[in-house]
Amino acid sequence: MKRRTLLAGAAVAPFAARPVFAQAAKPKIVFWHAMSGALGEEVNRICTGFNASQAEVEVTPVFKGTYPETLTAAIAAFRAGQAPHLVQMFEVGTGSMLAAGPAVKQIWQLSQETGVVIEPNAYIGGVRGYYSLSDGRLASCPFNSSTSVMWYNLDAFEKAGLDPDKPPRTWNEVVDACRILQAKKAIEVPMTSAWFAWVQLEQYAAMHDIPFATKANGFEGLETELKFNTAPFVKHLSRILDMAKEGTFKYAGRDGAPEPLFNSGTAAISFTSSAARAAIAREAKFKWAAAFLPTDPDINPQPNNSIIGGASLWCMNAPGRTPAEYKGVASLLKFIASPEVDAQWHQNTGYVPVTTAGYELSIKQGYYQKVPGTDLPIKQLSRGRVTENSKGFRLGRMPELRNIVYEEVEKAIQGQQGAQAALDSAVSRGNRILREFEKSVRG
Amino acid sequence: MLPVALVLPQLLLTFFFFLWPAGQAVWASFTRQDPFGIRTQFVGFENFTDLFEDPLYVESMGRTVVFSGSVTVVAMLVALCLALFADREIRGRNIYRTLLIWPYAVAPAISAVLWILLLHPQIGAFSHVLRMLGIGWDYKINSTQAMLVVVLASAWKQVSYNFIFFLAGLQSIPRSVIEAARMDGARGWRRLRTITLPLLAPTTFFLLIVNFVYSAFDTFGTIQALTQGGPGKATETLMVKVYRDGVVNLNLGSSSAQSVVLMVAIIALTVVQSRFLNRKNAE
Amino acid sequence: MNGRTDWAAHIVLGLGVLLFVLPVWLVFAASTQDAGAIGRGELSLIPDLTNFSAYVTVLRDGAPGVAPVGRMLLVSAAMAIGIAFGKIIISVLSAYAVTFFRFPFRMLCFWTIFITLMLPVEVRIIPTYAVMADFGLINTYAGLTVPLIASATATLLFRQVFLAVPDELVEAARMDGAGPLRFLRDILLPVSGANIAALFVILFVYGWNQYLWPLLVATDQRLDTMVIGIVKMVGADTATQWNQVMATAVLALLPPVTIVLLMQRWFVKGLTEGDK
Repeated sequence: MKRRTLLAGAAVAPFAARPVFAQAAKPKIVFWHAMSGALGEEVNRICTGFNASQAEVEVTPVFKGTYPETLTAAIAAFRAGQAPHLVQMFEVGTGSMLAAGPAVKQIWQLSQETGVVIEPNAYIGGVRGYYSLSDGRLASCPFNSSTSVMWYNLDAFEKAGLDPDKPPRTWNEVVDACRILQAKKAIEVPMTSAWFAWVQLEQYAAMHDIPFATKANGFEGLETELKFNTAPFVKHLSRILDMAKEGTFKYAGRDGAPEPLFNSGTAAISFTSSAARAAIAREAKFKWAAAFLPTDPDINPQPNNSIIGGASLWCMNAPGRTPAEYKGVASLLKFIASPEVDAQWHQNTGYVPVTTAGYELSIKQGYYQKVPGTDLPIKQLSRGRVTENSKGFRLGRMPELRNIVYEEVEKAIQGQQGAQAALDSAVSRGNRILREFEKSVRG
Repeated sequence: MLPVALVLPQLLLTFFFFLWPAGQAVWASFTRQDPFGIRTQFVGFENFTDLFEDPLYVESMGRTVVFSGSVTVVAMLVALCLALFADREIRGRNIYRTLLIWPYAVAPAISAVLWILLLHPQIGAFSHVLRMLGIGWDYKINSTQAMLVVVLASAWKQVSYNFIFFLAGLQSIPRSVIEAARMDGARGWRRLRTITLPLLAPTTFFLLIVNFVYSAFDTFGTIQALTQGGPGKATETLMVKVYRDGVVNLNLGSSSAQSVVLMVAIIALTVVQSRFLNRKNAE
Repeated sequence: MNGRTDWAAHIVLGLGVLLFVLPVWLVFAASTQDAGAIGRGELSLIPDLTNFSAYVTVLRDGAPGVAPVGRMLLVSAAMAIGIAFGKIIISVLSAYAVTFFRFPFRMLCFWTIFITLMLPVEVRIIPTYAVMADFGLINTYAGLTVPLIASATATLLFRQVFLAVPDELVEAARMDGAGPLRFLRDILLPVSGANIAALFVILFVYGWNQYLWPLLVATDQRLDTMVIGIVKMVGADTATQWNQVMATAVLALLPPVTIVLLMQRWFVKGLTEGDK
């Protein structure tokens, strides 16, 4: 095995001087991704590095919009017989992709056919679990992974007389801190939350070891029922609704829409992905820090690991695809998982490393001393033990489930229904979708 | 052979992009498919019964009617009022007309951007005024305000279209009729009610249908840019739902069934319209 | 007419004009201001006429996630012009055929064309997409335009115009021994000049303003139109660069508005006579 590093580009420079016709004959690998802005630049950089490191194939990265847009585009392209070789798919699309049968080539199969070894154990457990089959074989390759954390505005904390070095650790402390922030008029909005469904329900379930859905959150089969209308969830949502009523919480939209509220210094506490670090560092004109997600010790005194968010890479099939192309895909995936590439991706973007070697390399490079707090998401991801409630989710049509949660929460925020009613209705609507999904993939 | 050759391009396009897809929609509405199109099963009327048993779909129908009705009424009333005054003999009437006609060219999605700048909870110029008046303005979390915003943005764009037609309608009323009414002593409001409005009836009816169809089908871009159908489902019209279920959620069976329902609705509207216009022409 | 000024009319019409101009003025003003200031809601009504940097940025580099605006303008223009000319050409031809010729299934042809009135693109969007995929037209310029070219409205309009051509003219042409194509070129096209001009405006605006169709058929950034680009910029999760959005909006408004204003007279006539 040749060891490929990021510097390989320089080492193999003579290849670039080969006659042009040799390049023209190279199979092209199309890689669709959903990384915009600075993240997209990083993807381009990785691909350039890969192209320079070998002479067999050439990969072209293509930005396809948001995650759902990329999913839609990939499906449409598959139906038209023009699927890309490699597509980046968000974690909640995993259930749908696993049911896609001949549309995808799972990683274990790709590895077998091409002889390019992609070792599942090279990936960090909490990340790998989300994307592998029950027997441990990889279905897709982990790529950009983050977890959610609590970001807070140190200036606002100071102004309110709160200790900026002691962020609230429990939800009760969060409520108290928000009241103080409000009373002292330290900031306009004490608290907001991006990715409401992911952070306030999915993460909450994992860390407190309570089932989000039956059958180990769907890992054990299709006949799964949603469970997130049980007492702990209802209590948590009513707490947030109460905070909204007293003005300490502001609901500012779906998915990442609330993020600017924190970055602009309008909100003191914000829950979102750990990968928001780069954007916050660029935009925030105040002192900020990240902390563990708060928990409810009366439900679980020893909180579990949090789950990941982010996306993985799926190899897709299309008519007329050659073994050389598949081999190119496999070596690209191997390249992305190499410690140097993984560590640099992690350090440049704020996503966590997905391989153990990438993490260890970052430690060795002294990255966590240089930029304190950047290992916080990794610590939260590897905290406690992984149970069947904290392994992740394997539910069909999960993006749609999240939208249902948003809709019901939005109604509750307006006072049209209580927490119990909102979650009951989300669960029953969600179960209908799961039954539909079950029928459509069985048929 | 020549006439066939002349009409052929039109017929081919019609077949491939209208009739064939419409047939496919009807067929798909009787099936259940997975998103990747690997498994397809025939399920009879299940998609339709599911739709009409789904209270959310029925709600969405009601919402579409309320939305389209409001847009139609607002856009037509404002346009009629402007047209009545623009029809008067005043100085600079041609300039006024020009200044009232150009919004016809504004794309629905772009009119949404204009309204974002006015009413967006954070950046809206007008939102600050409202907040100073003590009104908690945030259409992202308030259903009524969200509906109000999409109605205003959709109606705004349609006013100039209606204005053009009302003005043309007014100008086609013979001066002699108006003069006669004036001689009879009919003034202002009474003249409007008894003479002008009845004579405008064909235009009004035509515009009613056109506006209704516009607001039901062509406002997707406006709603998508402003609210994406939220908060909750407060601004999810049938078109938004077809898009959501078909393109985002990839539930092709159900979204095809919804397309078929919409097709039936629009065919009914067109038939009513052409019946009425034919009768008018025959008279 | 008496010489008094009709104040009521001036006030109402003035308000109407303000209703239309004010939002656009705000958009223009915003396009010349700092994105941060707009984001904080500190929008000034007075544009900063020394600052057109947002225009330079969007025209040259584009905003995150969308193609440079220069490119989007080209795509939009190509799409609008393609649709306008395509529709006019095939409608003139088919209207000519069904009006002046007797041939088998003439009425069937007519009704087939007429029925398309009832199927707006929005309700058959998903299956049409499948057809496009079968033809390999996804992410192509042809895919953007061709399906929107078929439409009954234009055909019906030209049929009306042609029916109104006096019989004597048709007879005279026949006496001169003019062939059917020469008749179309020398007689019919000139008499329908005003209608063609009007239709061009309407169809240009129609094509320029399409949203749902390009959204579906072109997932490739290179085929982003102005309208698509703006909605994408507004919907982006990252902090929206409002001045760039507004600059793009101004650029998206200009071409169709200019065409409507320049061709106002034909357009108003064509619209009110054609659509009924």
